[in-house]
Amino acid sequence: MEKKSEYVIKQISVFSENRPGRLAAIAEALRKEKINIFAFSIAEANGFGVVRALVDNPERAHETLTDMGFMVSFTDVIAVKMRDEPGGLYETARILGDAGVNIEYSYAYSGKDAAVLVLRVDQAEEAIERIIEHGGELLSRSLFT
Amino acid sequence: MKTWDPRIEEMPQDELKKLQYRLLKTLVYRLYSFSAFYHERMKDEGVHPDDIKSLEDARKLPFMTKSDLRDNYPDRIFTAARDELVRYHVSSGTTGKPTVVGYTSHDLDLWTTSLARSLTACGLGRGDVIQVSYGYGLFTGGLGMHYGAERIGATVVPTSVGNTERQIELMQDLGVTAIACTPSYLIHIGEVAETMGVSLQNDTDLRVGILGAEPWSEQMRDRISSQLGIRAYDIYGTSELSGPMFCECTEQQGIHIWGDIALTEIVDPDSGEPLDPGEKGELVFTILQKEALPMIRYRTGDITSLDVATCACGRTHPRIGRIQGRVDDMLIIRGINVFPSQIEHALLTIPEVGQHFQIVVDRKGALDTLLVRVEVGRDAFSDKITDLMTIKETVAHRLKNTLNVNVGVELVEPGSLPRFEGKAKRVIDRRVL
Repeated sequence: MEKKSEYVIKQISVFSENRPGRLAAIAEALRKEKINIFAFSIAEANGFGVVRALVDNPERAHETLTDMGFMVSFTDVIAVKMRDEPGGLYETARILGDAGVNIEYSYAYSGKDAAVLVLRVDQAEEAIERIIEHGGELLSRSLFT
Repeated sequence: MKTWDPRIEEMPQDELKKLQYRLLKTLVYRLYSFSAFYHERMKDEGVHPDDIKSLEDARKLPFMTKSDLRDNYPDRIFTAARDELVRYHVSSGTTGKPTVVGYTSHDLDLWTTSLARSLTACGLGRGDVIQVSYGYGLFTGGLGMHYGAERIGATVVPTSVGNTERQIELMQDLGVTAIACTPSYLIHIGEVAETMGVSLQNDTDLRVGILGAEPWSEQMRDRISSQLGIRAYDIYGTSELSGPMFCECTEQQGIHIWGDIALTEIVDPDSGEPLDPGEKGELVFTILQKEALPMIRYRTGDITSLDVATCACGRTHPRIGRIQGRVDDMLIIRGINVFPSQIEHALLTIPEVGQHFQIVVDRKGALDTLLVRVEVGRDAFSDKITDLMTIKETVAHRLKNTLNVNVGVELVEPGSLPRFEGKAKRVIDRRVL
């Protein structure tokens, strides 16, 4: 159990109205606090959106943005390393699919060492266990504190 | 026929005043004797029916407001027994509770008579085909106009609101000569007709519009006349009076208020003091002959002025000018009354959103739109878009149920809406009338 929770990462989610300048305001706040963004995405709905980000210091990011009046929450996600070549995404997606783990949303980035798939799933522990079982690799939460 | 009831409508003014005084006196005695509500109200004010010695003494009587109806929901101040009522109409109240108006058959007859005179005054009668495109149902517009139009011998096409293309087809096929609806809906009909390749001016017999239930202007009248080729008349009423009641005559110099039906006053909205003819103030009515729900000095909240001169048409009854605004923050959206306080109450029942809100009223094409911007509560914030969409839909659904109009909802960031220390200015009205 200890082992598994090590891979559960705190993503920050920020509610934002869909109008010019909102992302800049969030990004500027993080820049001032010297918080680095590893990965991020914007989910868009009618008139508003949710900005989701993996940052190197989620606690401080949460505090800073909340002080600025933003509505922020933590969400548990996992980040899976993928081979940055054809079939990389298929491998990870198949493992989760076979295990009956549902993906609520996901976004990815391709870094220096590997491609990383950030996932919000309905059963995080099950997902972690199966990925490790299949020789997969996950980013540890220690990278994000 | 040019005048429905010349004996009454052209009655010399001094005789009309005597008639009004007699009716007022009878009404006040009746209410003082038979209505606990009015009895107490008059006692509180220190007025006895014997104090009413002239028509001017009406100003000694206490005012009534919409909240009297709300506080006595649904029928506690009715002065007719339940089995004497033949109909109810219901309109929006200022808060959660609507306003219920009951009618005896005499009340309906009075309402219909008032409209028969009004419709005749704008040149309608037997041989006319009148399309009633006001909403039928709890709203007074549809049924009220319906019976008024039948009374004058016109043929009614009871289309109610909506299904605009069909309305236009019927207008052509049945030879409609007049339409009763909100001015914005008529403009909308004109626009839809254009997309169908129908010119209301050349392809229909339409010549008269009886337009009301929402504020409009002389500019809109000019636009309607020039674009649609019809004569547009302003009609006035509120459900508390019965419904649509009074209309302009062909002179179009104000709306005739039948003096035997209503005693009209204009008062200073702040002090309640009577104002002179010509001065702008709040319109106050006493309905002189209603059985089920008599209204004494009812403050309509509408701002206008009074003209007591005999009209060029020969009618002696006083006229009111165009409604120029409201004393309160009531909005009229597609003919439906909307109070910001109703929105406030509805939002209080939804824990996922904050108590601050903003209302944006706009006019897309010819139709009014209502947008409510509301802050998401911090505790309710979810990372999941579907959860947020559910909150948005809940708000839209709750507001639609409360207000009876479709409402757009925009979720905004907490703390982003303006806060007010004094009187809140929550309404942004972008409509240009």
